[in-house]
Amino acid sequence: MNISDSLLRKDEKAIIALRSLYSRYGYVPFKMNKFEEYDLYAKNKDYLVSDSVLTFTDTNGKLMALKPDVTLSIIKNCEEHPSSLEKVYYNENVYRISKSTHSFQEIMQVGLECIGDLDDYAIYEVLMLAAQSLAQISPDYILDISQLDMVQNVLNRLGAETETRQALLKCIGEKNICGVRELCRSICAEKEIMELLCQMIETSGTPAGTIESLRKNPLSEEFREELGQLERIAVLLDDSPLCGHIHIDFSVINDMNYYNGIVFSGFVNGIPNSILSGGQYGRLMKKMGRSSEAIGFAVYLDFLDYLRSPSDDANDADTVLLYEDGTNLKILRNAARRLTDASQRVAVLRSLPENFRYQKLCRIRKDGVETIG
Amino acid sequence: MDNMLNIALPKGRLGERVYDMFENAGFSCPSIRETNRKLIFENEEIHVRYFWVKPSDVAIYVERGAADVGVAGKDILLEYEPDVYELLDMKTGKCRMAVAAKKGFHDDTQRTLRVATKFSNIASRFYLSKSRNIDIIRLNGSIELAPILGLSDVIVDIVETGTTLKENNLEVVEEIVPVSARLISNKASYKFKNERISRILRELSGQVGESR
Repeated sequence: MNISDSLLRKDEKAIIALRSLYSRYGYVPFKMNKFEEYDLYAKNKDYLVSDSVLTFTDTNGKLMALKPDVTLSIIKNCEEHPSSLEKVYYNENVYRISKSTHSFQEIMQVGLECIGDLDDYAIYEVLMLAAQSLAQISPDYILDISQLDMVQNVLNRLGAETETRQALLKCIGEKNICGVRELCRSICAEKEIMELLCQMIETSGTPAGTIESLRKNPLSEEFREELGQLERIAVLLDDSPLCGHIHIDFSVINDMNYYNGIVFSGFVNGIPNSILSGGQYGRLMKKMGRSSEAIGFAVYLDFLDYLRSPSDDANDADTVLLYEDGTNLKILRNAARRLTDASQRVAVLRSLPENFRYQKLCRIRKDGVETIG
Repeated sequence: MDNMLNIALPKGRLGERVYDMFENAGFSCPSIRETNRKLIFENEEIHVRYFWVKPSDVAIYVERGAADVGVAGKDILLEYEPDVYELLDMKTGKCRMAVAAKKGFHDDTQRTLRVATKFSNIASRFYLSKSRNIDIIRLNGSIELAPILGLSDVIVDIVETGTTLKENNLEVVEEIVPVSARLISNKASYKFKNERISRILRELSGQVGESR
């Protein structure tokens, strides 16, 4: 079956492109049920983006939920592979509360998970696929990468307790240096460590430059191993057309109760917020009783609406064929068939709806088709 | 996103003061000083576009990407928690978020405290941190009337000089947080218009004595 490219919406095109991309790298599709037992989410509520879950009671009395998240279900269904990797991708709808309307909305997600014995190559591959996912959507994109263990290391050295720690993390996510300084002063933190944190927050640039400038800070010795990991992965990414699009940015903050190591966030020019989010979630794996590591990401396709230009689908049909009572229906059928065979979009109507957009307007007469507009 | 740098400024005196700072930073737009009812002003030479918006709306314009950067009060950022970068304390528009009540007010902890405010999230968080049970009465203006008429026990509101409170026989009972104007940026714009946003940040930081 040949499907015209112009018929597909941006999100539909993206789904096809991303599924094809992930398949090329050995990821297999993971199809799941729309529903999941509510208990799974009740146990991992903090992991979810929003607290509320759409629930219903199944015929057997079990409390079920419409999936607010995909990763938890994949972990639940994946077997332990301590010395190998399980690579899956998915294309699913999730149901979450919208921040703006405060009501549930259906969000289309495409993403992948890589679960098992993670090494530098597996992490590089996921980051490369994240960058390539953004490239499928627009050539003008940026993938921000952070290393959560480094951020945690600095927070530990500052001696921040739970409440201040949460406030500091919020400030880091906002690149709010004034806020960080204020909080550090309130806990009488060491000035040098505070300045190291400020340096990390201000960082936003290519991996090579960023890692080099961080290495110059003698205090970064404490997280030499994590910097080394970033460097090894950056070297693999460096040698590709993707490298100009990849930045180190420590303001990418995911929940530290679940995430560890590399976390990342993707942006596309024209969309005001992050369209891709992911990271290593070893801590979530542990919480769910798994011993292996994992990394994954999701692309939020509903944001692609921002990329629609007003000229997209300017017309509802190429040609409108108007007919009336008594029209010879064979003439009408043949006229419509000729146009559709020529790959035109044809609307056969008795009268023209208000605001209907078309290129050509025709009326069926006794002796044939007359163009009237 | 177009090539223009879109800047949302809060209407009013604060906005005018803040515009001066942007102008000194090299992002001038002379037409903004003309007296008219226009809301959008452009300087095509340096690809900059300003708009005046209601102060409480600046963060929404920036979060949704209609503006790349903007200036919003810390009160608004604390209340709505928009997903934006908060790049600089501009050290202007200084005031404080405070709890105020009728002079001589005594908090009877045996009953729920009735709090009138525009800032329900800030008030809820503040009293939650003190484990105090409250009833929020959401008002949109003339908050000071509420305790006078017995609608509430206290108010949570912005206090600048304290004159309005004083003239209505009210006083500050507790300070919640100091407030000032903040330079905020849309997260995606910060990536794709980074050179210009970084320049604004550097220049404005210099003006307020912050090193960058």
